Amino acid sequence: MTYAMALTALADPTRRAVFERLRSGPVSVGEIATDMPVSRPAVSQHLKVLKDAGLVRDEAHGARRMYEVDPSGLAELRAWLDHFWDEALNAFKAEVELPSQPRRRKKAR
Amino acid sequence: MNGSTTTAYVEPVRKTIRVQATPARAFEVFTAGMSRWWMPTHSISPTKTPIAAVVIEPRVGGRWYERGTDGSECDWGRVLVWEPPTRLVLAWQIDAQWNFDPALLTEVEVRFDAQASGATEVNLEHRQLERYGDAVAGVRAALASPGGWSGLLEQYARALE
Repeated sequence: MTYAMALTALADPTRRAVFERLRSGPVSVGEIATDMPVSRPAVSQHLKVLKDAGLVRDEAHGARRMYEVDPSGLAELRAWLDHFWDEALNAFKAEVELPSQPRRRKKAR
Repeated sequence: MNGSTTTAYVEPVRKTIRVQATPARAFEVFTAGMSRWWMPTHSISPTKTPIAAVVIEPRVGGRWYERGTDGSECDWGRVLVWEPPTRLVLAWQIDAQWNFDPALLTEVEVRFDAQASGATEVNLEHRQLERYGDAVAGVRAALASPGGWSGLLEQYARALE
């Protein structure tokens, strides 16, 4: 097993660049869009995916929303587990919903 | 990176899935039937022995472990709460390097809630992730190093093939 499996959200190079941009400290969508050749709506969408993956979190600073890498230091591990449990529960669901095996009847005495 | 990361709260991983089965069957497949659905790639065997079975001993204090095809066993954790068919709490004691660590304890709670239609809503929460604390610092440093992401992503891409 490797943490790489947590990194589905980072497989997109632009999204990865957005994530790297956050490593230097909290930034707003506008600041990222200014620094990078990416539109604000696209930046927002990338941030949403990163946030859903548990890699990034946001906080309101006055009127602005600032994004930062999950400061706990556990973002990658958490993202891995998030992805892992999705996979595991889907496999579980498939197994549970398999047609049940023919019932063996107890022989009547 | 600031120093005191060990006390930071980490949002638990929460998952909900609906299955077309009674809670009793869902609980039984989740526990006694874990070998039938657990992804075989998700083994922590240090000798890379393929998984023959994933076992949850059905009682509080019971072991949760994998058994390899060679008969070797690797602990994953233990049963903290055993309330069939509605609730199960497992201790997940696998560290950031994918080894069993008896000193580490994170909790995986699974609830099986009956739905009107005969289905079951399964709610899973993996919590106390902050207990990993600085254990992942090494992993993080590796990821932050030049080329760290790309190297891992290549591994990931290979794993997908």
